[in-house]
Amino acid sequence: MKLAAQVIDIQKHYDLGSVVVKALRGVSVDFPHGDFVAIMGASGSGKSTLLNLLGALDRPTHGEYIIGGRPVSSISDDDLSAIRNEMIGFIFQSYNLIPQYTVIENIEVPLHYRAGYPSISAKDRKHIMELGDMVGLGDRMDHRPYQLSGGQQQRVAIARALVNNPQIILADEPTGNLDSSTEAEIMEILCNLNAEGRTIIMVTHENSVAKMAKRQIFMKDGIVAGEGFFPG
Amino acid sequence: MPNLLRTIQLAMKSLMLHKLRAGLTMLGMVLGVSSVIAMLAIGRGAKEQAQKQVLKLGATNIIIRSVKPPPESAVNSGGASVLRYGLLRKDYDLLNKTIPTITQAIPIRELNKAAWHRHHEITARIVGCTADYLDINHLNMAQGRFITDDDRQQKKNIAVLASGTADELFQYENPVRQSVKIGSKFYRIVGVTIPRQASAAIGGSMSGQDYNQDIYIPLETMRVRMGDLNIDRTAGSFSSEYWELSQVTLRVDSQDRVVETANVIRESMKQNHKTDSDYAIVVPLELLKQAEQMGIIFNVVLGSIAAISLLVGGIGIMNIMLATVTERTREIGIRRALGARRRDITIQFLTETIVLSGTGGIIGILLGLSTKYAFAGIRTFVESFIFEGGKAGSDFAKMFSEMRPEPVPWSLPLAFFISVGIGIIFGIYPARAAAKLDPIEALRHE
Repeated sequence: MKLAAQVIDIQKHYDLGSVVVKALRGVSVDFPHGDFVAIMGASGSGKSTLLNLLGALDRPTHGEYIIGGRPVSSISDDDLSAIRNEMIGFIFQSYNLIPQYTVIENIEVPLHYRAGYPSISAKDRKHIMELGDMVGLGDRMDHRPYQLSGGQQQRVAIARALVNNPQIILADEPTGNLDSSTEAEIMEILCNLNAEGRTIIMVTHENSVAKMAKRQIFMKDGIVAGEGFFPG
Repeated sequence: MPNLLRTIQLAMKSLMLHKLRAGLTMLGMVLGVSSVIAMLAIGRGAKEQAQKQVLKLGATNIIIRSVKPPPESAVNSGGASVLRYGLLRKDYDLLNKTIPTITQAIPIRELNKAAWHRHHEITARIVGCTADYLDINHLNMAQGRFITDDDRQQKKNIAVLASGTADELFQYENPVRQSVKIGSKFYRIVGVTIPRQASAAIGGSMSGQDYNQDIYIPLETMRVRMGDLNIDRTAGSFSSEYWELSQVTLRVDSQDRVVETANVIRESMKQNHKTDSDYAIVVPLELLKQAEQMGIIFNVVLGSIAAISLLVGGIGIMNIMLATVTERTREIGIRRALGARRRDITIQFLTETIVLSGTGGIIGILLGLSTKYAFAGIRTFVESFIFEGGKAGSDFAKMFSEMRPEPVPWSLPLAFFISVGIGIIFGIYPARAAAKLDPIEALRHE
């Protein structure tokens, strides 16, 4: 099976002057295409650090990260930005929309940073509207984030994550701030995306959410403590 | 480079988040830029004003005028005695004959007297002059002819009317070949001049001249028919004044020698005059220099205001942008996560700064363009409160009241580029600080 992403024995150390914190101490995981993984673990287990590395927001101290066939451990900052723009879609716990922008403008943001800076075309606009429909925001495209509920804001974030058609969706506790019924709706969207063939890597500590992924990875003290199918 | 228009549009959107803050931040720029415009406008206005004046008076001319001494000196000579003052024919001859750089000397004598035609009466300025008067004052004939040398030699009883005088005395008639009565004597009218705009006042010694209420007669005719003594009887008082010439206009052969000639004239005049209180020497070319100095003073003052405002404005903008960067750290993190390069963030915040300063610049330009009107308002205020009835206290005040600011076209793009430049200079640091943020930490920022 072809891999969407792969981490090989990566380590991440934080030099705090007097001590060196080893947040990741050699993690190797394969993410095949179409995978839906839930990364679980207590706080401080290194799951956020792993997600940051997977998201190309950071480089590992040691080891290799390969995404879409490209090793990214030692590429330039600009190239990392390009990887994030083209290959990864982010969904955050706190939605992270830009407050002064409307829904459409928020979804548009990744388009501004495409390689070569092409202008936003009519085709792009159509694509944005389709994404809006898909996540169920049809009539709210001109609203601003503060006019939307949490669930609606997360839908905007999902549409934004999809706008550049990335291979991998990284979700950092996507339902952490939502009530259970909204949680179910958001998870349904993610499951649908996975069913369409997108690779989803999700950090969560809620069993109910993790259960909906295809497999789970448990982290503890910077290493993968267990892997398998819930309740594994 | 991302789509420029869109970048600017989005920058405006972000600035509109805090309208008041953006507005206040722009103030420094507005003031600075409008000062630049105003500075150049005032400088240009002053120069043009002076040039216009010099052109009217003639750059190669030196004008000597009789000045009635202040009343104190008259008291000494007793109530009814004759007050003698002013330019003498002796002065005229001396200057004309001894100074080689003078090519032409044109004397005139003027006094106000009643003039009649039938039952129409007006008080006109009677000017005894020579043929050159027409040319030197840029007057033109509407009909008939002006005074000639022949008229002077033969001391003919002829007169030329200014347009205003002609209109008032001869309302529906052609004045030429008719006669006008001045004092008790009649003069035949030989010509009428075309209306001319009144000249501006010059120096501190002359009032503005209205050429439209004049009657011109040959200088020699005036001397034989009116004499040099002018007796004025008004209710309960009797005064007599004696003066020979009112004004001598001297033409210097070249502009380079005007100033030295003026100095020679100043020395020569001392021969026949004990004090310099009964005449005044006006050198138009010196007015130009004076105006230039005035312009420099204004430029220094406004230039300092502009420089300080722009500096303070720039620092204010930088301060606000630094605050904005801190405030929007989260947004920076989001953008970085979504694929923005460091350079994209730099450009974004730099654009916001430039839009801010550029908008301030545009408002400043509009404000600067209104200097013309603002200045007129200030002048009215200053004149009515400080100068007490229009009497200018000093040359400075006089210049001020005559100044007409005129915006300089190239100062508009200049001012705009200055404001954009300030945006770049003071925006680069906050923008780079924003770009340098670590995306993970920025995302975690509350």
